[in-house]
Amino acid sequence: MPTQALGWGTTTPSQTLEPIRFERRDLRADDVAIRITYAGICHSDLHHCRGDWGNPRMPAIPGHEIVGVVTAVGPQVTAHKVGDTVAVGTIVDSCLQCRECTDGWEQFCLEGATYTYGHPDRQDGTVTMGGYSDHIVTREHFVFAVPEGLDPARTAPLLCAGITSWSPLRQYKEHVAPGKQVAVAGIGGLGHLGVKFAAALGAEVTAITTSEGKAAEAQRLGAHHVLISSDKEAMKAARSRFDFILDTIPVAHDVQPYLGLLRRAGRMVIVGAIAPLPPIHGGMLISNNRAIGGSGVGGVPETVEMLEFCAKHQLYPEVETIRMEEVNHAWERMERGDVRYRFVIDMSTLEQPA
Amino acid sequence: MTQPTRAYGVTAPDAPVAPLAIERRNLREDDVAIRITHCGICHSDLHMARNDWGMSLYPMVPGHEIVGIVTAVGPGVTRFAPGDRAAVGCLVDSDRTCNHCQAGHEQFCPEMVFTYSGIDRHDGSVTYGGYSEAVTVSEAFVCRLPQALDIARAAPLLCAGITTYSPLKPFGVGPGHKVGVVGLGGLGHMGVKLARAMGAEVTMITTSPEKGADARELGAHDVLLSTDPNAMAAAAERFDLILNTSPVRHDIAPYLGLTKPLGTMVIVGAISELDGLHGGALAMRNRIVAGSLIGGLPETQEMLDFCAEHSIHPEVEIIQPADINTAWDRMERGDVRYRFVIDLGGQA
Repeated sequence: MPTQALGWGTTTPSQTLEPIRFERRDLRADDVAIRITYAGICHSDLHHCRGDWGNPRMPAIPGHEIVGVVTAVGPQVTAHKVGDTVAVGTIVDSCLQCRECTDGWEQFCLEGATYTYGHPDRQDGTVTMGGYSDHIVTREHFVFAVPEGLDPARTAPLLCAGITSWSPLRQYKEHVAPGKQVAVAGIGGLGHLGVKFAAALGAEVTAITTSEGKAAEAQRLGAHHVLISSDKEAMKAARSRFDFILDTIPVAHDVQPYLGLLRRAGRMVIVGAIAPLPPIHGGMLISNNRAIGGSGVGGVPETVEMLEFCAKHQLYPEVETIRMEEVNHAWERMERGDVRYRFVIDMSTLEQPA
Repeated sequence: MTQPTRAYGVTAPDAPVAPLAIERRNLREDDVAIRITHCGICHSDLHMARNDWGMSLYPMVPGHEIVGIVTAVGPGVTRFAPGDRAAVGCLVDSDRTCNHCQAGHEQFCPEMVFTYSGIDRHDGSVTYGGYSEAVTVSEAFVCRLPQALDIARAAPLLCAGITTYSPLKPFGVGPGHKVGVVGLGGLGHMGVKLARAMGAEVTMITTSPEKGADARELGAHDVLLSTDPNAMAAAAERFDLILNTSPVRHDIAPYLGLTKPLGTMVIVGAISELDGLHGGALAMRNRIVAGSLIGGLPETQEMLDFCAEHSIHPEVEIIQPADINTAWDRMERGDVRYRFVIDLGGQA
């Protein structure tokens, strides 16, 4: 029997959310039912509901940074049991057969990965509904154990912001290691975790920011140095310095001033600017054998690795916890950049509408 | 005392190539004197002659794809003796102490000296390239030319060869790897041969069906016409590596879309702006766009040995010095398969 769910979402493209009742599917053999305790707020949630990336399937219940407690499991589930603290991220299904899935890159599934909200389910075609809700039913493979010692109240943003900044640091692990110079451009939801991860991985970390005001803050997060990108002299002095640059700037920008900061065989990876970028000069890549790449979320094995790393290092996102009914105000603040660095909804505040 | 040497070069950006009398330095302790038998013609020679990059010094003797026979060595030279076959590429000196030199990537040394239109680090003289009958180069920048290579055809390996060889290994090219080569010219045709010899499955990506047939003869397993939208769509996410040898400004997006998740496109030709970079195309498939500049000395020797082992030679058209101007005109029109080599008369 499908279950009745309550969430916050929208029935028309909008950035104003309201309580919505909907159904969750009955447990399949490999499904896990989860009572959601915390849901992180990601900028994608807003883009999706507002229709910035195309008309969303309705109703739209956003949220892909999910933490909760298992309430029931399908007969074939072995990895989780009732009472476990678990997490769900941006992907809830994929074919699990193709070369990408079997290599642990489920996000590149050749049949297409199923996103946590706004996407048709692979089996019954129903639209997936995200984590701004009281419970969720998810295929076991995409449910992560929250390791012992990791505070569930601060874990949710790891499932999108965390893995998005973690994955490139691990893909380029020879560039991000003790003795290596790593820079993180843009200190927001992604960047603040990039600084923490890179420092915990042993690299010497420089935060690159436009604002002097963020310098002290970046150092508090663990950056060893701060480079102000508007300071021409400082940027010139930093030429060919870095082995790796994590570029989390969320809007289109000229990447060349940053590319010039890469040393021989250095790598710069874009995780924020999902947009057309101004032309780059081939000579900028050819000199010093540089490369610019991109990276989005991460697969299941990388996510498991990240959660265990965070538990071991007690590494957490900086979060501001809100009540469910404060979500619309939180979205407004997120749009203004007024958040350090991630909002998390305490789902125990989700009240039945009158 | 210096050595009077016959050469061919230009005296100004708008001057044609003409015979020039130059002096080669007397041997220093670590120098190798080489009688040049052949020198390849690279498109850079023309760009440099015309000062397209604003770094030219005149008079200029171009040429950085040099092969020949050692005629004399300085007292400190240990790896060469008169009569040995030798090869010189784009570089003739560097500081030899920086991290790049220590790592064998002399091409990035801030004190690196180009084979022509460079400034000698010791006497401040202007360096002259391989369009000449002899050259004198520090031993550290001279490679051994294996006996198995045909000296008349080997010269283009020193620039076109190393430029395409260098990126293949770092990006994992080998058996099971799918490589697409964009652009069938001096660089591209070497890319096809080298990637094939490394065991990869090689596809030529070209705008013209005629070049497709040529590419198969060179060793390409498959041809993809970039002007055919259906074929391009069918090839989406097919390649592990795209070796992009296109020498001009172009839209890279259609080629980037051909790379698999975690795939790479490496730019070796276009020293110009590139259009079509999209953060989404990179991030949604974890792709990278890389650049690669020639190669260092250890890698260049490795490439020559690899070519000898696999009997890989560039396709060349051999010309006489009097025909250099005509060859430059033809190269500009793309009328060469695939590299001109000047026969400088030096006995092999």
